[in-house]
Amino acid sequence: MKQLKVQKIVFFGILGLATLIYIGPFLFSLSISFNADKDVFEWPIKLFPERFTLDNYKNVWKELPFGKWLFNSVLVTLIQTVSNVFFSALAGFAFARLEFKGRKLIFGLLLSSLMIPGIILLVPKFIILNEFQLINSYGGLIIPGLVGVTNIFLMKQFFETIPKDLEQAALIDGCSYFRIFWQIFLPISKPALAAVAIYTFQGSWNEFLWPVIVTYTEDMYTLPLGMASLRTELLTDWPLLMAGTILISLPTLMIFIVFQRYFVQGVASSGLKG
Amino acid sequence: MATIAVKDLEKVFPGAESATIKNANLNIKDKEFIVLVGPSGCGKSTLLRMIAGLEEISDGELQINGERMNELSPKDRDIAMVFQNYALYPHMTVFDNMAFGLKLRKTPKDEIKQKVEHAAKVLGITHLLDRRPKDMSGGQRQRVAIGRSIVRNPKVFLFDEPLSNLDAKLRVQMRAEIKKLHRQLDATIVYVTHDQIEAMTMGDRIVVLKDGIVQQFDTPMNLFNNPQNKFVAGFIGSPSMNFLPGKVIQKEEATFKSKSLEFAIPKDLRPGLKPYIGKEVFFGFRPEYIYDKQFEKSKRLSENMEIVVDSVEPIGSETFVYFHFIGNPEHSFCFRSDSQFSYGIGSEICIGVDIERLRFFDKETEKRIM
Ligand SMILES: Nc1ncnc2c1ncn2[C@@H]1O[C@H](COP(=O)(O)OP(=O)(O)O)[C@@H](O)[C@H]1O
Ligand SMILES: [Mg+2]
Repeated sequence: MKQLKVQKIVFFGILGLATLIYIGPFLFSLSISFNADKDVFEWPIKLFPERFTLDNYKNVWKELPFGKWLFNSVLVTLIQTVSNVFFSALAGFAFARLEFKGRKLIFGLLLSSLMIPGIILLVPKFIILNEFQLINSYGGLIIPGLVGVTNIFLMKQFFETIPKDLEQAALIDGCSYFRIFWQIFLPISKPALAAVAIYTFQGSWNEFLWPVIVTYTEDMYTLPLGMASLRTELLTDWPLLMAGTILISLPTLMIFIVFQRYFVQGVASSGLKG
Repeated sequence: MATIAVKDLEKVFPGAESATIKNANLNIKDKEFIVLVGPSGCGKSTLLRMIAGLEEISDGELQINGERMNELSPKDRDIAMVFQNYALYPHMTVFDNMAFGLKLRKTPKDEIKQKVEHAAKVLGITHLLDRRPKDMSGGQRQRVAIGRSIVRNPKVFLFDEPLSNLDAKLRVQMRAEIKKLHRQLDATIVYVTHDQIEAMTMGDRIVVLKDGIVQQFDTPMNLFNNPQNKFVAGFIGSPSMNFLPGKVIQKEEATFKSKSLEFAIPKDLRPGLKPYIGKEVFFGFRPEYIYDKQFEKSKRLSENMEIVVDSVEPIGSETFVYFHFIGNPEHSFCFRSDSQFSYGIGSEICIGVDIERLRFFDKETEKRIM
């Protein structure tokens, strides 16, 4: 019994420490965003603002093209999330359930593309988009992220856990393959679809590298890029930057809280047991 | 109204070395209850699924009501299928599960409602119509699966081991219910099981399958009494038939000789066994046709066979006695004795087999000789 208690304390201790490491910087950012003093890194660093203010949050909207960046981010993220859910489910279904020539080969090629570090692909991607005159446009921002191999893989794996009998029962009942996909597979795949949606949303919303490369005018920036552009070598308005950052992180935070259940269940359970 | 004809049917899975179903020929009559039985992996499901249209036919022809079906998709064959693990749509209520096929066939709403409710009543699941599959027991789910198949009123019903996920008691109950349903529906049924008792109790005729080859297609009693080969003889009946390898030799009369047992072959069987003199055969005898000579006087029994009792298993109504022939402890056999007689382990008794029930099989081809 006693040993169990000690174990528990150690366990919680480690977890607590880990939590602190992760959440500490966030709390510090939060504190800075309410600070009325600009010199937040002046020694000694204060963990709590001496003069509390909401001005930073107002200034984000007033002094920056925050609304425009928000619009860009929302547009890119929404389109990419919806299209990822749709296309990865469709492709996953095909790879999991349809028999066609070259299925294994194509899937193998897709998977092997995951082995190539994304950085290597930046330049070729840029050149291709340049040919299509899509640099610094919504097309350039959105199209490369319309569907991701990881998501296809995820959906394929999920669909493969669905018993074959179910689709055969549907075939006998008179379904076409598209109807099986639409009326049987999609409704029972909500956890997996939610996982794909959430991961894609997060990835798109926080994407930084690609917008840096593909956009060059301020009006095409997404939020993370816009915020980063506030950091100049000479003078950085940290409280303003932090206020913006906190605002950006709100949607992901909310989604996590609302869909926490799906996050945890997500890929693990097939939703078909029992 | 539906007859099913299976003609030289073959199934070779892509990449497989040999055919999974080899040259199957079956003529199934209208309203017959046919059971496909055989050990696990013998190709029962494959054959059934070829009839359903879920598995492509590699060679041969499938006809329903005399019409070629090979190229038709499952939905156009006017069949319904019940799966081992029910295969209910988990996101739909029982009502919607049963109505789904009708909806896809554009049946009017009130007709759907009436048909589903009727089927639910027949199966006693009216109170479950609003439930989802996950909130029901195995037995209830299987009823729903059967309900889903009967609402469309198809010509042919296909069952793939529908009871094997249920507990023993429920299985017996559902067995009777499916039989009853068969009489009510007036439909042709093909039913797959690996359980020979299920096969014997349910089938009008039974197809015994092994390694993709139809061994015998016959009525239950014929399979039991006149098995065409050693496999069928051993597969049908419980406990299984006993087999003893030996030789037919010529003494004053034709004689079966094995390491421990030797007896003169009864007169009626001699002509049939004549070509086998000097050859190796299996002597087959069922546990239920063995009698203790001390008690059984009225039947015509074979010559005396001396045995030693190894163990006994009383099951109440009768007792299974496991024994070996004196001098040959390697081969163990079973006989069903009346439970009023008790045998001590190690006791030596003298038995005989009903002369009418002696069976002999060719050792090489395993075909039945007599
Ligand atoms: N889709 C398939 N591809 C390749 N081989 C298969 C396939 N389905 C079944 N088989 C093989 O065919 C044989 C018969 O299988 P099945 O008909 O399911 O047997 P049963 O239902 O009698 O247990 C098995 O050896 C199995 O491995
Ligand atoms: Mg099977």
